[in-house]
Order: sequence, then structure tokens, then C-alpha cells
Amino acid sequence: MIQSGVVELKEILSLEHVSFTYASEDVQESRKALEDISFTIREGEWIAIVGHNGSGKSTLAKLIIGLLFPNEGTIRVFLEELGEENLWNIRSRMGIVFQNPDNQFVGSTVQDDVAFALENNGVPFEKMVPRVHAALAQVKMESFLDHEPHHLSGGQKQRVAIAGALALEPELLILDEATSMLDPQGRDEVIRVVEELKRQTGLTVLSITHDLEEVLLADRVIVMNQGKVLAIGSPAQIFERGDELEAIGLDLPFSMKLSDSLQKEGIELNGNHMSEEELVNELWTSYFNK
Amino acid sequence: MMEKMIFGRYIPGHSFVHRLDPRSKLIFVFLFIVAVFFANNTATYAVLLAFTLLTILTARIRLYFLFNGLKPILFLVAFTLLMHFIFTKEGPILFEWKFIRIYEEGLRQGIYISIRFLVLVLMTTILTLTTSPISITDGMETLLNPLKKLKLPVHELALMMSISLRFIPTLMDETDKIMKAQLARGSDLTTGSLKERIKAVVPLLVPLFVSAFKRAEDLAIAMEVRGYRGGEGRTRYRQLDWQWRDTIALVIFGLLLIALLWLRS
Amino acid sequence: MDIVLQQVGYLYAKDSPFEKRALRDVNATIPSGSYTAIIGHTGSGKSTLLLHLNGLLKPSEGSVRIGSTLITSDTKGKALKDVRKHVGIVFQFPEHQLFEETVEKDIMFGPMNFGIPEEEARSRAHELIELLGLPPDIAQKSPFDLSGGQMRRVAIAGVLAFNPSVLILDEPTAGLDPRGRKEIMELFHRLHEEENLTTILVTHSMEDAARYADQVLVMHDGTSVLSGTPEDVFGKAEELASYRLGIPRSVRFQRDFETLTGKPLGQLALTEEQLAKEMAVVLKEAGGRK
Repeated sequence: MIQSGVVELKEILSLEHVSFTYASEDVQESRKALEDISFTIREGEWIAIVGHNGSGKSTLAKLIIGLLFPNEGTIRVFLEELGEENLWNIRSRMGIVFQNPDNQFVGSTVQDDVAFALENNGVPFEKMVPRVHAALAQVKMESFLDHEPHHLSGGQKQRVAIAGALALEPELLILDEATSMLDPQGRDEVIRVVEELKRQTGLTVLSITHDLEEVLLADRVIVMNQGKVLAIGSPAQIFERGDELEAIGLDLPFSMKLSDSLQKEGIELNGNHMSEEELVNELWTSYFNK
Repeated sequence: MMEKMIFGRYIPGHSFVHRLDPRSKLIFVFLFIVAVFFANNTATYAVLLAFTLLTILTARIRLYFLFNGLKPILFLVAFTLLMHFIFTKEGPILFEWKFIRIYEEGLRQGIYISIRFLVLVLMTTILTLTTSPISITDGMETLLNPLKKLKLPVHELALMMSISLRFIPTLMDETDKIMKAQLARGSDLTTGSLKERIKAVVPLLVPLFVSAFKRAEDLAIAMEVRGYRGGEGRTRYRQLDWQWRDTIALVIFGLLLIALLWLRS
Repeated sequence: MDIVLQQVGYLYAKDSPFEKRALRDVNATIPSGSYTAIIGHTGSGKSTLLLHLNGLLKPSEGSVRIGSTLITSDTKGKALKDVRKHVGIVFQFPEHQLFEETVEKDIMFGPMNFGIPEEEARSRAHELIELLGLPPDIAQKSPFDLSGGQMRRVAIAGVLAFNPSVLILDEPTAGLDPRGRKEIMELFHRLHEEENLTTILVTHSMEDAARYADQVLVMHDGTSVLSGTPEDVFGKAEELASYRLGIPRSVRFQRDFETLTGKPLGQLALTEEQLAKEMAVVLKEAGGRK
């Protein structure tokens, strides 16, 4: 990723010593939801923020999109400090997809929903039409223009929500547990679409998730636990700390769990493997390829 | 039972009526409702009925489909007819059997009122069957636009309406799910005294309200982050397009009105 | 309590312009005490089918026998309510059914409806609070003040409260994080063993079906297409693919391993632990690490 000596890529989002406490009448109950969070995201990165329910990751999402403001520390988005005054401007430069596919579908048909943010931002009609169509093509939903939301699957609704975000040509796409209510097929559809987008446009993606596959696709992973950052690093670096992750309730890739079980059965391996392919290859070369 | 009703539903299509501008359809139906009250004799009612049938044919809706879907309302029409037979006691007796007497005026009144009721229901059903709810909302918003000058929140009302319409199927599904969940826990909505039945609705309503509020909150956040700040400075994705066929529809209506005025006694 | 389905068909909105066939010619037997997984693609009819298993829907054609009660299209409401006392359903997102002022009252709702005396229902509620690992002081709290995971447990307790002998689970872990998912599935497994339940699990997770079930029923296009032990069913990867269903990860890995090494494992590995055991045998036979 970023190495010294190489020209640094543009900063998209940065948090510096951010803390947040929910106001509560009961003083004892007011525990810090977030404590001293710092990290930076640069242009073109795919970042996954993981943590179990209650780890503070949804509060973090609310701070980044300006639904809450930190008690301490600063949040910089597109190099501007996020505040009440520039909130609307900053939001118009990012797209956000939430968890519940039904509760973010505003329009009565697919194309109306995609146009919603464009209408809000005063984009003239002539420009709206091609942008709606283009955005829907990017998520492969262009043949569903006039479909109503209750005739779509969860995965399709989330793809429409992504198109709604893309129509504004955002610089940052935030997926706030966008796949957690979907069935495996829906989850797959959404992940494939984001992957494809990433490859074609180099869009910066921040996904808040507990889906393992999304974590493995990310360039960097931020692990949250009890309101703090537990670890930041590439998926490989993160999964090296396997036991620690399991202890805070996160899932490990199948190949790692299997490596672990194999070692318990007395099979020697060179460490844990992140992908099934790697594991099979090691077994093949060290046991059969005589 | 509810899933069989077509009153208030929209069936996509490409007929002449489907393609009309929602504004012309709304004006048409509104004026038609007024015009129905001009009818006062056999000739005018016959014209109304014929005109309605013609509209159904133009909209390419199968009669069987329409009547099957409107059954519950047709029962209401039949009931009205019956009430008139029994309670209107004017004019010569046409039919007498034991204590049942049907008077000529009762028969006439009954048939007239039923036709009136029927054509009103049919016309409004055709409107909703051929116009998507969102187009109806758009049409209304545009037609009511002049009222903005009177500080009436036309845009907000239209948005509220379109969101409500959008969420009706979602909430219907939700109701169905909660109902099934409570039935599975032994709740009983169909038997018992009135008091027991009212009590049985609570386990249904509370979860429904909780979920509706949750949805409203989520939706408000989703709208806010997508830049919604009220009607000011907003552009519109949906453009209404008044065409020659809309003018024709209104001219046809003018002809109907002339016929009614000419034939009424 | 055996459940036997014979030529079950179901028409949604029968005799209306919106009539739609949801099930046709479904045949299945769910023996008392078994743990049956029902798998199928979204729209395969599995949700409609499960509503037939406790009398929430009556078949339009054919019959469903639950214990000694035969349900056909003309069975009356009273008989259906009796069936429901013996067959509990935990729906998807069951926390949506909570409505009472206190957790205790909500758990008691089912038993009271089925005529269990108040005191007995209360003591059962407290028993379940403990059994499900909830804090004892939760009984007098409002269910709406709890965390998502706790709400789900309370809702599950509300179904277990009337001691059904058959428990139907419709995607019981949807929306939970990995730890929550595992805990809930282990809980149902324990209940199945300890309370002698007949368990029916409707799931998208092939891994859960393979790990927990002793019988798998496959639904496709509104009808039952395949059933048998998990070994039978998941051994037919190609057939499952034609129903747009996958196989558990352990089975997939096993196939890759067998293709690569040419050494078949002793049996189909339904879990990664089992897979590791079987692989260890083959690997040791191969003469250990070279």
C-alpha cells in the first residue's frame, strides 16, 4: 500500500483521536462508545471495518456520515473538517448504503429511487436521465427501470441503493452493513458488483461488515472491539492474529479453521493459510509430490 | 380475501387510457363524478353506463377480471338495490307476494342509484388500474401547484403520499408476518367475544407500530444523507407530458357532458 | 410426533385474478425426534411449505398429517389451533413479534393462549430466561429496551414457552454476527437433544444443514425434489447445482483435495473437524511430511 518514497495518494477520510459518548441521563450508563480512534483512508483503497455487534462500528459509521459529531478529536473528509456548515456539501460527494434494503428505498420505482439524490441536488432533468441509466448499468439493473421495490429481491434492492449512490458520482462509497440482511445469493450479487466497480473505476470503498468475504476482499482491515481499534492491517496481517479474533467473536476463513483442525490431528503445516488453494497446494507439495 | 381485491390496484399496460397523462385522467374522473349527478332519466343513465363500458374497453381491461375483482363492491351495489326495492314505497305496485311489495318508483330509484354507484366505482377503479400511484401523485402535485401560493405544502403532501403508497405493500407483508407469528403463539383473531377480539389486536398493533417507527427513522436518515432538504431547489425526474391524446380525452368528455345535458329531463 | 406430507399443493389467492401456484405435489416425511433441514433457493417454496407444518396454511390439494391430526383443504380452525400448541415456529427476525410491557409477560403470551395456568406459565418463563442465558433481572424489563441479541432470545423463549414437541426454525440466525449465529445454532442443537424435540430448520446455510441435521429435504420450484441423509444429499453436488444450491465448504474442499491427490477420503466430511480427521488418515498413509 502506501510506502515512503512513493507519492502519497490523496487522503479521502481521516480520523484523529476521535471519541464519542452517547448522552445518557444515567451518568453510570454513559460509557464511551468510541475511544481514541485514528486512521486514514486514501484514494482507491477498499477498507473493511469489522467488529461484533456493539463494538462501536455503527457509531463510527454515524460519525463519518455526520449524523453524530465527536466529543473529542476531528474527522476530516475530502481534506475538510466535517462540521455542520459543510455537511451537505460533503455528503453530496459520498454515497452510503445502509443495512435494511426496504428502509432506504425512497422512490416508488427503481429509476425514481436512483434519481432521488440527483433531484435533491438540483441536477437538471436532461442530465439526470443518462446518469440514472448509467448508474443502473453499473450495478446490472438496467432492465429493471420501472420495477417496484416489493417485486425485487433484497440483493436487487441493495444494488439499486448502490446505483442511487453512484448516480451522484461519489468519491467515497460507504457500505454500512449493506449485506447483513441478505441471503447468500444476494450477498454474492452485491459483493460482485462492488468488486467490479472497484476494478473499473478505482472508487474508494469503506465497508462496515462482519461478512468474511468482504473482509478478505479489502486492502486493509480495521478491527474494532469495545469502542477501540484493536488492529489495522492487510487481511493477511489481521488473520495472523486468529485466536484473538475468535475471542472477540469474529469468524475466520474456512482454510484457517481447517489448518487449525489439521494441526490438532497432528498434521504439520507451515502456519495457517488464508485461502483454500494455498492450503491444498502446501499439502500436495509436502505430502504427495515426492 | 384482501389479495383478491383489485380496487385501488395498478396493472401496468399500454392501452390508450394507460398512456394518458395523469393530469388529464384526474381532471376527467373528477369531472365525471360531477357529471354523474346530472343524470336523471333512463336515457342519461344508459349513456353513462355505455360510456363507462366504452372506457373499460379502451383501457383493455377484461370485464370478467374487473367484475371478479370488484365482487365485494358489487355485493354492496346489490344491497343498495335491495334496500330501495324494500323501502321506497311510491308509485304503483309492480309485484306482490305475501308481505313483499315492490313499487315502480322503488325499482326505478334502486336501478338508478345502483348504476350511479357502479359507474363511479368503475371509473375510479379504471383510473387506479391504469395509472401508477406515483403518476397519480405527480398529477395531483402539478394540478395543486397553484395552491403553493397560499402556503399550502403541496410538495411535502405529495412526497408523503408517494412514500405512503410505496410502503403499503411492505407494511401489508409485515402485518401478515406478525399475524402469523402471533397465531403460531396461539393468538386467536377470529373467535371469542368482541372484547376478546379487540384484545387480540394488541399483539398485532404494537409490533406493527414499533416496526413502522423504526422504518420511518431509517428512511428519514436515508433521505437526509442522500441530500433531501425539502422542496426548495429540487429538480424533478418525472416529467409530465400533455399530448394530443389528452386533449382528445377531454374533448370526448365534453361530448359526454353535452349529451347528458341534452338528454336529461 | 411424525409429520407426513402427501401430494401437497398450494395456490396463493385461489380463484382470483392474482392466483399463483406456490406448491405442487410435495411429499415428505419428518419422523419424530429427527432434525430436518429444509434447503432451497429463494422462491423455491420452502417458506410456504413451513407454514403448512403447523396449520398456518391449509393445503389446497393433498394432505398434511401432524401427529394424529390430518389437515386438508376443509379442516376447521379449531383443529388448527390444537396443532399449533404442539408445533412452535421461530420465524425469521422473531424479535418483531414482541409486544408486551415486560419480558416475562411476553414469554407467557403463548402458554396463556394455549390454556396453561398463569403460575405454570410464569415459572416456565423464568426457567427459559435461565436456559437461554439471559440475565435473571431481565424478566421485568421492557423487551424494547434490550439489545438485538437479547430480543431474539426472548422471542425464542416465547415459542419454547408452551413446550412444543416440534420446533420449526426459519433462518433463526439471519442478521446476527458470527458469534451470535454460532451461539444460537448451538442452543437449538442442545434443546433438540435435551428436550427431545423434533427440529425443522429452514436455512440458506449448507454448513448449518450439514453440521446439525440428520435429514435434508431439498425444495425447488415449489416441489420436493430430493431428500435423504446429509451424506446422501450433499454427495450430489451436480444435482444440487441444478437447483441453484451449493455444497458445504468442507465437502467442496474434500472434492478439491480428492481430485488433486487422487486419494478418496473415508466418508463425506460434513464439518471441518470431520474433514481434518479424514484428511489426517490419508496424509499419514501418504507417509507423512516429506
